[in-house]
Amino acid sequence: MDLLLQLFFSFLQIGLLSVGGGYAAIPLIQEQVVTINKLLTMEQFTDLITIAEMTPGPIAINSATFVGIRLGGLPGMLLCTIGCIIPSFIICLTLAYFYYKYRNFSGVQKVLAALRPAVVALIANAGLSILLLGVFHGGLADIALENFHVIEFLLFAGAFFAIRKWKIGAITAIFGTGVVGTILSFALGLV
Amino acid sequence: MKSEHSIDKKQLWTLFYSNFLLSCCAFGGGFVAISLLKKKYVEELKWLDEDEMLDISAIAQSSPGPILVNASVILGYRIFGVAGALISVLGTILPPMIVISIISFFYDQFRTNPVVATALQVMRAGVAAVIFDVVLKLASNVIKTHRLFYIVLMAAAFIAVCFFSVDAMFVILACLAAGIADVFIDRIRSVNLQKKEEN
Repeated sequence: MDLLLQLFFSFLQIGLLSVGGGYAAIPLIQEQVVTINKLLTMEQFTDLITIAEMTPGPIAINSATFVGIRLGGLPGMLLCTIGCIIPSFIICLTLAYFYYKYRNFSGVQKVLAALRPAVVALIANAGLSILLLGVFHGGLADIALENFHVIEFLLFAGAFFAIRKWKIGAITAIFGTGVVGTILSFALGLV
Repeated sequence: MKSEHSIDKKQLWTLFYSNFLLSCCAFGGGFVAISLLKKKYVEELKWLDEDEMLDISAIAQSSPGPILVNASVILGYRIFGVAGALISVLGTILPPMIVISIISFFYDQFRTNPVVATALQVMRAGVAAVIFDVVLKLASNVIKTHRLFYIVLMAAAFIAVCFFSVDAMFVILACLAAGIADVFIDRIRSVNLQKKEEN
């Protein structure tokens, strides 16, 4: 029981303190899980981050599930995950309430309007990073002809064309590229 | 909120499974997920308008916790109040919970499986295509406001995060400050105008 409570409070803190999401959460999770509570070794933690990067979903949720199920089985997993999202839930509900109450005030409108270009830039940056990761298997520094992967580039171009021209949905586009790309890669003997 | 839509169980179900499926596709961090939410809820389902989606994204980024979870809470609340928020979050967190639980038992095999590795690698191309489509629309709408202030903010924010690795949180705060300054400059201008008219 002690372990379960410890797990719950560790992830409650992670949920509460990880402002900025994603990679900002990694050092915090490491501190809670490896340094303070010694729930995982550094090696296990590195594995966890690798898996979290390979699988969909927020890193904090992936870590909560992974740590929870390994140390506390199903109840551990549920407690960790719930602990991790309770702060989000309470804070965002409160903010949502105020947002919908005040968003039509002209002053608030103007301030929000200045935030929107920032969000567009952040999404564009995320898109560029994932494109580079797909096509060059790296970041900005890895753009070079020898890192260029033709299949991934063609898949990107094909999916983009299908979205624009035939208005296919986001989920269809992503799973479609997954299936077509995997079959192509194996057929061409690239794997 | 609730009154803006006629709500039935079907809509709650749509909310749940849309989030479930999007969460399955959300590789590569919060803003990837945001562009998937935008595509689904603004373009495909037409439940929200674009500005509202961007506002929700800014709030989600500025709150503690994963961006996708935060955005799901606000989105769910908007569609169906607190119950909607619960359903929405459940849809979002179930896929990573299921996937990680299964993987945690045989992650060595998973990590080295060539089919899995290839599929995950090529799916990035699809995710990138969806985001580029979303960005193209969003950016052209910012440009269509014909306010140089917003266009410069967008360009500056992009350069800051992309080339100087500035924290997303800092970019949001800087734009928040710019927005507040904008409101005050407007106030001062209108007061000055009134004074001139009085003279």
